[in-house]
Amino acid sequence: MTAKSSTPTNLRSKTLSGAEIIYRCLGLEGVEFIFGHPGAVLLTLLDLFLERSKIKHVLTRHEQCAAHMAEGYARASGGVGVCLTTSGPGATNLITGITDAYMDSIPIVCLTGQVSTSVVGNDAFQEADIVGMTRTVTKHNYLIKNMADLAPSIREAFHIARTGRPGPVLIDLPKDILLGEAPFQVPEGEVDIRGYKPRTKGHPRQIKRVAEAIKEAKKPVLYVGGGVIHADASKEVEKLATAADIPVTWTLLGAGAFPSENKLSLGMLGMHGTAYANMAVDECDLLIAVGARFDDRVTGKVSEFATKAKIIHIDIDPTAIGKNLPVEIPVVGDAKQVLREINKLVKRQKRTLWHKRVDRFKEDFPLTFEAAEGGPIKPQEAILTLSEEAGGDAIFTTEVGQHQMWAAQYLQVSFPRHFISSGGLGTMGFGFPAAIGASLARPDKLVIDIAGDGSFQMVLQEMATTVQYGIPVKVFILNNYGLGMVRQWQDLFMDRRFSEVGLEVGPDYVQLAAAYGAKGLHIEDRCDLRPAIQEMIKTPGPFILDVKVDPDELVFPMVPAGGANRDMILNDPRKKKPKGRLSALPDN
Amino acid sequence: MRQVFSILVNNHAGVLSHVSGLFARRGYNIESIAAGPTENPEATRIVIVAFGEEETLEQIAHQLRKLYDVLEVEQLQYNRSVTRELVLATVSADADKRTEVLQIANAFGANIVNITDNTVTLEASGNDHKTRILIKALERYGISNMARTGMIALPFDEMTDEWEPLA
Repeated sequence: MTAKSSTPTNLRSKTLSGAEIIYRCLGLEGVEFIFGHPGAVLLTLLDLFLERSKIKHVLTRHEQCAAHMAEGYARASGGVGVCLTTSGPGATNLITGITDAYMDSIPIVCLTGQVSTSVVGNDAFQEADIVGMTRTVTKHNYLIKNMADLAPSIREAFHIARTGRPGPVLIDLPKDILLGEAPFQVPEGEVDIRGYKPRTKGHPRQIKRVAEAIKEAKKPVLYVGGGVIHADASKEVEKLATAADIPVTWTLLGAGAFPSENKLSLGMLGMHGTAYANMAVDECDLLIAVGARFDDRVTGKVSEFATKAKIIHIDIDPTAIGKNLPVEIPVVGDAKQVLREINKLVKRQKRTLWHKRVDRFKEDFPLTFEAAEGGPIKPQEAILTLSEEAGGDAIFTTEVGQHQMWAAQYLQVSFPRHFISSGGLGTMGFGFPAAIGASLARPDKLVIDIAGDGSFQMVLQEMATTVQYGIPVKVFILNNYGLGMVRQWQDLFMDRRFSEVGLEVGPDYVQLAAAYGAKGLHIEDRCDLRPAIQEMIKTPGPFILDVKVDPDELVFPMVPAGGANRDMILNDPRKKKPKGRLSALPDN
Repeated sequence: MRQVFSILVNNHAGVLSHVSGLFARRGYNIESIAAGPTENPEATRIVIVAFGEEETLEQIAHQLRKLYDVLEVEQLQYNRSVTRELVLATVSADADKRTEVLQIANAFGANIVNITDNTVTLEASGNDHKTRILIKALERYGISNMARTGMIALPFDEMTDEWEPLA
């Protein structure tokens, strides 16, 4: 190990190579894994992974997946994920993952190789202006041009990635910087950046106003998002909800922020949210948003969203507040700190009438699907069975599409960081690499990627990574032999003209797993569902379970794009006797 | 509405494009942008004049504040700040019109920097109102070439109640 042999004290600085400085700086930040793909400009840095074990390099099969693995690691652990790729194509392949992290506020640090500073800008071999390209999708980025800037920039990058509203930071490392030498000293003290001081403590006057509004409200709803998970504020949310007796709904990224089995839970809201969550929000007189950003998939038609409600918005990012709709009580601050202060002021309350009303929504408009004896496996029942067999302790990741929405609707998620999904960007091919990152972060947990066949086919080369490193990720494919969500829109809005959504030709996933040296299973019968899931869970190592599901099943409820949430389609309009729309329910 | 942003940024490469990019992303044209060094060698002041809806401009100001390299953002108000712009203009001025053009230049305190057989090039500075009127007055003679620096601005410091003029 290096620590024993060199730099015995912090006091004396020692001249080290750029690569060595990077390795040490990453070690100081507590980095365990680097997800990466090599390239010529990285040679001296890669060389360090041969003999040292403090930081393990995970060789991915595609750079995009390196970024998603870093995200999965960060989302599951709460730490910062790190990826490393070469210049040019290596760097550009990261961009989708970086953008995904930016949209969902995930702390990752991306290190990219770059051509030597003397030829930067000359269209040298494998050169890309990655700093210019990622300027709008990173919290900040650096092109290191002086050796003296290397160590401080790495330290700043981690600080920026993990503090405030978290996000991706990129550091572009020219070859001569990796090869160059500079004195290195372990930095001390806090990072201080003049233009970057996120406010974490809420304003006491605003907090008082929040407590008063909660006290006065008759029909409040808590609406929690990914910010609650980033701030580790789940306990505080539960305390507030319990004390003030407030039903809780969450966004896709907020799943796990509040236990879904709690009687106060309403499930997810929005386009494919539960009808009762959308109805409660439609009717509430106080909406308390915590770490959520009123995304269009949540609000539907903004002017019709929560029209009767006074809106409280607690967020660490001042630009998120008031962006999409006017807010009565804005509170800028860290969700955990702000909620703690609010909890000190909130008195116990009972809201029997409001709960009676909400219970009626739940009874009248539950999530439903119909599975027929001897019929095809319904994706919803596959997820319900998976949820039962996996238990509350498993970590689920998802790809993007119908299966993702069914997972959000039907999985029981009891803990934060146990539901990992690409929300803002909606990146197909996210879930599998994210599951690999999550599994390395939490080796004690069962990690399952709930996948669609379309998404999985974008990233299946990473099967090699799971086998090479023995990462026991389970891939649970809801296989409808097509791109289900787009097909659903064509079904409902394009007169069933299914264009370019068929994936009739796909691999045999059992043979695919075998080809990579993993196990797999294919099922079509409903009676095989539970035993197959049990076998998947008990088989050590990576596993693909290919579940052939009903390709005609659609995700409901659904708010048509641009429509108001209260006009959500509850049941399949293709079947007889649709139960009608939400607005049909009389006011109390 | 029209708004003047005074933005103090780190003197780093790429900052100007990052700042102007925020406006571009919202589809707002920047009417003028002027950047220059300040009393602090590590900081640059960028003054941007932009048109847009008030709420969006407010949002852009918030987003500017989020950028690592942005140190301060001020939305300047006309009655509480000094604004200046430098205009260079070449105006058609044949012998019979030259006196008129020179008179206008004189009235606006503009300097003449070049005269040819049929043109006059002048240099004028002033606030938004003054430069607009001057350009309008010169347009009648025909402006063949013009360059403007874009507005620079500084807020007035507030005067304290204790302040007394020197005797």
